[in-house]
Amino acid sequence: MNLPFKIILEKRTDDVPKWLPVATAFGSVVIAFIISGIVLKIIGGDPIRVLKFFFSATFGSWPVFSDTLVKATPLIMVGLACSVAFKMKLWNIGAEGQFYIGAFAASLVVLIPMVDLETTPKFIVIGLMIIMGMIGGAIWGFFPGYLKAKYKVNEIITTLMLNYIALYWNNFWIFDKWSDAGFQMTPQFNKVAWLPRLSDLAKEYKAFSGITLHLGLVFGIIAAIIIWWILERSHWGYQIKLIGDNPKAARYAGLNISRNLILVMMLSGALAGLAGMSEVSGVVHRLQERISPGYGFTGIIVAWLAKLNPFAVILVSILFGALIVAGREIQPSGLASLLQGIILFMVISSDVFLRYKIRVIRTEQTEQETA
Amino acid sequence: MTSSPPPHAVEMKDIVIRFPGVLANDHVNLTLKHGEIHALLGENGAGKNTLMNALSGLYKPVAGTIKVHGETVSFNSPKDAIAKGIGMVHQHFMLVPTQTVTENILLGLNEPKFFMNLTKYDQKIRDLQDQFGLRVDPTANIWQLSVGEQQRVEILKVLYRGADILIMDEPTAVLAPQEIDDLMNTMHTMTEQGKSIIFISHKLHEVTTVADRLTVLRRGIATAEGISIEGLTGEKLAELMVGRKVIFSVQKKEQEPGDVVLDVRGVSAENNKGVKALNNLSLNVREGEILGIAGVAGNGQSELAEVITGLRACEGSILVNGEDVANQEPAKAIASGVAHVPEDRTGVGSAPNMSITENTIMKNYREAPIGSRWSINFTEARNHARELKEAYDILAPNVRTMARKLSGGNLQKVILAREITTQPKLMVAMQPTRGLDVGAIESIQRLLLAQRETGTAILLISEELDELLTLSDRIAVLYEGKVMGIVDAKDADINEIGLMMTGQRSNA
Repeated sequence: MNLPFKIILEKRTDDVPKWLPVATAFGSVVIAFIISGIVLKIIGGDPIRVLKFFFSATFGSWPVFSDTLVKATPLIMVGLACSVAFKMKLWNIGAEGQFYIGAFAASLVVLIPMVDLETTPKFIVIGLMIIMGMIGGAIWGFFPGYLKAKYKVNEIITTLMLNYIALYWNNFWIFDKWSDAGFQMTPQFNKVAWLPRLSDLAKEYKAFSGITLHLGLVFGIIAAIIIWWILERSHWGYQIKLIGDNPKAARYAGLNISRNLILVMMLSGALAGLAGMSEVSGVVHRLQERISPGYGFTGIIVAWLAKLNPFAVILVSILFGALIVAGREIQPSGLASLLQGIILFMVISSDVFLRYKIRVIRTEQTEQETA
Repeated sequence: MTSSPPPHAVEMKDIVIRFPGVLANDHVNLTLKHGEIHALLGENGAGKNTLMNALSGLYKPVAGTIKVHGETVSFNSPKDAIAKGIGMVHQHFMLVPTQTVTENILLGLNEPKFFMNLTKYDQKIRDLQDQFGLRVDPTANIWQLSVGEQQRVEILKVLYRGADILIMDEPTAVLAPQEIDDLMNTMHTMTEQGKSIIFISHKLHEVTTVADRLTVLRRGIATAEGISIEGLTGEKLAELMVGRKVIFSVQKKEQEPGDVVLDVRGVSAENNKGVKALNNLSLNVREGEILGIAGVAGNGQSELAEVITGLRACEGSILVNGEDVANQEPAKAIASGVAHVPEDRTGVGSAPNMSITENTIMKNYREAPIGSRWSINFTEARNHARELKEAYDILAPNVRTMARKLSGGNLQKVILAREITTQPKLMVAMQPTRGLDVGAIESIQRLLLAQRETGTAILLISEELDELLTLSDRIAVLYEGKVMGIVDAKDADINEIGLMMTGQRSNA
């Protein structure tokens, strides 16, 4: 190979310009679409038509956009859950389990029932479900946090394993205790336990009929604002970042690392638990076996793609919500997963641009040197 | 031809190695005779490792020649050096804990080819052991072995690769006294069998026991080149190592120290390896006084700084203004007014990927006007950082610059600025000027003296005797976790300090 120039990677010594991470994230998504298009072309499809269909099926009209947002809602909360933990370099990959336990704990309000569902006002039932959901998730985050703080047990293993425990714990109750006529689901919740939807307003506003968007999205946005405030403005957020960047310096500065480990795992779990609550109360209206198509794991990708920025988590969640909706509409359905995978791959590789400068140099001089 | 003496094992001539901004080796010569143990002494950063890395093929000297067995060589990688029979026994073991001794020794070699016929190799390794008296079971897993045995594996690894020139990097640092004796016997056995050894050490008495000749490096220059160990006194050795002279332009003011601020009483502590590092140590520092701690590295200095600042557990009591801070969390020491300039600027003293602003508020982010009850006012924090940047002359594009992009001197200024802002009663400064250029050293030293004038008690731990003599009011000499003696800096006798550093009490 005798190219007239050569590309070299040079370690960055200056600050990364602010726009660059945003640009590389966008670029990664665009390139992922292009690569998927090429794959489609090879297998004999029509990429342009598929792309058009992708957008019309996810952003094309209010009802489909609402579907996209409904799928984005749990992703926002789970993405925030992962972002908070990852900021401290705490690798919580148990958001899925925390999601399930959150859903379970929130359902208890209805299934036990903890309050009289006929007479208690809606906002109290919903409020109680939110609290229960977050406590459930927080408990599921507490165990790995405590084990790591006390016995240095690797949180990746414990959080992963607790996912399965959560799943089968739920199944036990769904199959054995609260099964609806032998089906793998509980009876439908009393309407008082349903999160308000836009379609509830269809009588007054015609346009809202059939729009399934529910209040959970607002929870997600509020959670993003609070998490942003915690991370960027509060003492606690500063401590989280300091521990994440250099635990030795954090200890030297007098921080209590063990306590923060546990608290951050609990906050992360609580956010994932809230997502579980929002899903049972806003979408499925019952506890059942497969309430999550892997939101907890997609949340990891969302957090990473958003570079742990809470507001970026919202945008990325909408993109991934669209991918989930499109996956249902497009044949073959694996295409959406393919796209997801390529996006993640691109984002991780695009870090090269943040860490290195790419320089193109002519090879003539260097050849003289080596000659 | 036959009458000419056999060539030396190693001849390094006029070696020059440069790093950005530092002359690590300045025309250094080193000759290793056949079958001798040659000690290489020097403080941290004196250039010993750089020189040895040149010999083992990691660096290429800018100038100078290296001859091995009389043949001029130019190493491009450690592989080339190994091929010439040069093997390095590293201070930090490079072993796989879950594999056996034999497996570790074979690691990276082209044998066994395909079938793991390990019993054959076990026997080969046993033969090697018999030859040099290095007992360790070849079938044992590394994690089951003591530190001393692990070191024997490291040595076997080098011998198995056919090395006849061994570089041993502070091999005694991790060993217990009995193990040290064993190691020295092994070293003699090896030289009897025709191996030549370069022995890097900090500990002067070991050098005098085991070595034949020695070379001393100081700031990249050899202050002694291959002088014989015979008749060498502790005084002479200390002088070679710490040197004297160097006129510093900083001058300390005469002032009377006040009340006792730090009172350390009978403190003992272990180091990370579980070996006793502080042994019933007592000392005190008063208001407006700098107590210098002298000593050869590894005699308990790091541990002393850590027990006072709450980073290490200990026995005994440590009073700061009458309050016991021993065995408390670091937060307690900070609250009692203890500031700490840690030895490891990048690993402990700062958060590399956070901004100057975020690094300067590490200890006062809760206090007004920067902190309120829950939150941090980052506008105030940035103003605070800008003021410090101005006042302490920190060179950086702006206060958003990440700590890891700062030079050593500027990072140290950030740390000192932060610690001084807390208005400490006591400041523990460990090696505050190590690795800095002359300009930065001077500004850091001025800051410490200014702090002394405001009445802060300062515990200054340094390996630079000149620095201690310039800055301190009194100097305590640490040796094996004990205070050998405390001298007044005004009329300190450098030879006396040198003797105490080597573990001998002065007769005076």
